[in-house]
Amino acid sequence: MIYFDNVSKLYSDGRSAALQEVTFQVAPNEFVSIVGHSGAGKTTLLKMIIAEDQPSHGKVFFESLDVHQIPRAKLPHYRRKIGTVFQDFKLLPNKTAYENVAFAMEANGRSDEEIAENVPQALALVDLEDKVWHFPHELSGGEKQRVAIARAIVNQPDIIIADEPTGNLDPIATYEIVQILRKINELGTTVIMTTHNKGVIDEIDRRVITMDNGKIVRDDTKGKYVL
Amino acid sequence: MLTGIRRVFKSGLVGFWRSAYVSLASVFVLTISLFVIGATMFLDQLLTVSLQTLQSKVDINVYFVPEAPQEEISRLQTALEALPDVESVSFTSREESLEIYRERNQGDEIAMQALEELNENPLGATLAIQAKETSQYEQIAQFLEEQQAQESPNAPVIDEVNYNRNRESIDKLTSIIDAVEQAGFLILVILLLASVLITFNTIRLAIYTAREEISIMRLVGAGNMFIRGPFMLQGVMYGLLAAFLAVLLFYPLLLWLAPGTEAFFEFNLLDYYTANIVYIFLVLAGIGIVLGLVSSALAIARYLRV
Repeated sequence: MIYFDNVSKLYSDGRSAALQEVTFQVAPNEFVSIVGHSGAGKTTLLKMIIAEDQPSHGKVFFESLDVHQIPRAKLPHYRRKIGTVFQDFKLLPNKTAYENVAFAMEANGRSDEEIAENVPQALALVDLEDKVWHFPHELSGGEKQRVAIARAIVNQPDIIIADEPTGNLDPIATYEIVQILRKINELGTTVIMTTHNKGVIDEIDRRVITMDNGKIVRDDTKGKYVL
Repeated sequence: MLTGIRRVFKSGLVGFWRSAYVSLASVFVLTISLFVIGATMFLDQLLTVSLQTLQSKVDINVYFVPEAPQEEISRLQTALEALPDVESVSFTSREESLEIYRERNQGDEIAMQALEELNENPLGATLAIQAKETSQYEQIAQFLEEQQAQESPNAPVIDEVNYNRNRESIDKLTSIIDAVEQAGFLILVILLLASVLITFNTIRLAIYTAREEISIMRLVGAGNMFIRGPFMLQGVMYGLLAAFLAVLLFYPLLLWLAPGTEAFFEFNLLDYYTANIVYIFLVLAGIGIVLGLVSSALAIARYLRV
């Protein structure tokens, strides 16, 4: 469902590259982990998928759609098909957990009835029923990340993109987040996740793409963290 | 669509309340701007009215010789009234002049005695001329001279035109009025510019604190109008609230200033304020809303770019 065709991304100096001739594809319902050192190009890769960044060469396809040919006005529409989770959570600070999740649905133009039904469901899926009306600053890191995941899945996207979702979390919270992501994957959503964490990779025990210096150096279907 | 508008309104109101500190700061700065604009409005009104009263006090009088024939005076009056620069001409007959003279010198024995001894009315009729602008008195005086030379060069009916006597003070008044008007305009422009810039900057800062939120909204897939709407609504609310506060602020100030200004300028600012309060509020609210809206729109446009 995601297809990278010979994608390169050069920096403005024209010589150093964040991505070099990257080609791979992700099938529906896969759980793909992307590993590599800082600066290996993992985040750039994810930004290509949500059209936050433009490739210098090559193309990125979402199903049959060329992602970088989407007109700017249609971008919000496209992004609603993808749920995103970030290392720094990116919650709206002035909104409660409930409102943060509801916002994604409001932006999507869903009806009030749908929102009233789906938001509690999404928050229940991440085990946050009891902190629905808390503001982000009243939540722990793991709780914030769970709100972010609830927000990412509430519109029932085809794919979840998680950029270092456990990067700021302690081991227990990390374990919980990984379990939630696995559960989401088992319910039928494709997940692409970047990580540094060896334990996380071993726990998931699924496909691992290893990047180094902007290139894909390994692609193992039942991967281990090898660097 | 309707749901969208409702959500924008709700989100704007809630956002205004939850970031109360930033909102309050923006409202206060905008209040000061509107206060400055309102103050210039009052000042302008005060100047206009006091200049009008001052101008209406300036006139030129044409004194006729006592034996000047009535029809010639009437002819001159009609000619003067036909001039485009002339506001009004009022005629005072010989008898009226005498009456006024008597009244003015009631306690003055010598003057009364002198009048008795003369046996006849020594005073001529007069025409008092009011021009539309003080600068036009010179032309009117010239017109009178020409008229005199044309009609009866040998037996002049005009005894004196006091323009020449008043000339200096009229000239001075004219230049003062010009200077005040020019300076007033310059000050108004500078104040307006300063307050617009300060307001714009404050609202930009308020939105700068929200730039992270804007980028998150974009990532979640919110459309531009859905992101922009609440901020623009807040801009409108800043403008409305600030106009309300500014109008409120003028009341105690004018209450305190009114007696002083009335004595000096013969114009009561407080009466003007209470009589025109709706108009003043509408003008300030209009300016405030436009300022808030434009500042918000410009500030957000920066962060909406990918």
